[in-house]
Amino acid sequence: MEVPDQRLSPATFEALAIPLFDQLYNFAHWLTQDTAEAEDLVQETYVKALRGFSSFQAGTNFRAWMYRILRNSFLSSRTGLKTTVEFDEQDHDTVGAAPSNPESVLLDRANRELVQQALTELPVHFREILLLCEVEEMSYQEIAETLSVPAGTVMSRLSRARKALRGLLASRLQGKTYGV
Amino acid sequence: MACDIGREKIDAYLDGELPSAEASSLSAHMRTCPECAADALAHVQTKRAVAAAGKRYEASAQFRDKIAKLAAARSSDTKAVARPRFNWQWILLAPALLILAVALGVNFYSGRETARRQRVYSELADLHVSTLASATPVDVVSTDRHTVKPWFQGKLPFTFNLPELQGTDFTLLGGRVTYLAQTPGAQLIYQIRKHEISVFIFQDRGPETSLPTGSTNAASFNLQTWTQNGLRYFAIGDVGLSDIEALSKLLQGAG
Repeated sequence: MEVPDQRLSPATFEALAIPLFDQLYNFAHWLTQDTAEAEDLVQETYVKALRGFSSFQAGTNFRAWMYRILRNSFLSSRTGLKTTVEFDEQDHDTVGAAPSNPESVLLDRANRELVQQALTELPVHFREILLLCEVEEMSYQEIAETLSVPAGTVMSRLSRARKALRGLLASRLQGKTYGV
Repeated sequence: MACDIGREKIDAYLDGELPSAEASSLSAHMRTCPECAADALAHVQTKRAVAAAGKRYEASAQFRDKIAKLAAARSSDTKAVARPRFNWQWILLAPALLILAVALGVNFYSGRETARRQRVYSELADLHVSTLASATPVDVVSTDRHTVKPWFQGKLPFTFNLPELQGTDFTLLGGRVTYLAQTPGAQLIYQIRKHEISVFIFQDRGPETSLPTGSTNAASFNLQTWTQNGLRYFAIGDVGLSDIEALSKLLQGAG
């Protein structure tokens, strides 16, 4: 979502930012796990973005910019501060052995809740990167801009997030038969 | 895994992030390495499951209005303030900027439009695959169109006609209620030579279901879409386009 290098008017902001509303809200709710907090967070994001729009660099990625504002606002919020987002890039293999094959049952829509539950349980830095990649379909570059990390980190963190998700799903599926 | 291809590389490949030379050599490798192929399949399934599960929360209409108003009100506020600072030199550049803005605007719009279509297509492909993977793919099990059609009465805010299949290779397996972008619709499963085709029928309204009529290829599935009597039809399956088109014609004849 590259913004053309033209004069950035407030009307441009409206045209660019309003179409992102649904996805930003979904993302905010995933981060906060609460409707009222998600609304506050989205509203704060739009207010900050509008205020800072004149300093937004034309030619850069607008969507990543909006997500970055939302995420930074979340991290400095009360809930965000409680969610310890400190983690070491080198060493965060909290999940043990790679699970067998939980994926075969995931296509069943009845198991959507199971995946949602697993996503909720993931640490927030794993949850957010999975959502940005799979739901928002952001490129690694866009994710890197959103999270303010190098592109190489995106790849390794995604990999660990996926492993952690597989681990959670595998443990939940153990001993339980899902209709497929 | 036994071979030295890392899972991370397969991840990057399926995320569309591997340089094309590496991607084609990995793709060639996967044709001969069942382990990597299985790994890739598992990954695709997780991707789809997360994509589906991740679209979970929807804002209330009141909140949506509030943000829309906020953005609109602030826009007009700032416009009034910004006017006195207008730099006349821009006038010289105005025609060029206008052309640039229009060109970029069109590009931007068509890019978004393509992304939106891709989302609709892949959502349909997901619905098709997940239905077939389910233990109970259809809620009304019948090859008789006179049983299937009335079943939808009271479940959908519209009605439709189904074609007579006698003398064709197609069989109706049944149907179920489905949703696309929070819009209810009918999903009918047809079979031809052991291949299943899903036919989706929705009311043709809202941006999510309005797509250009025609055929396309979504995630290796063939898809044809058209509108008729205010309804939007999608036929999707892993059969050849000619079969999809033949079924589409039958449905168009019935409508």
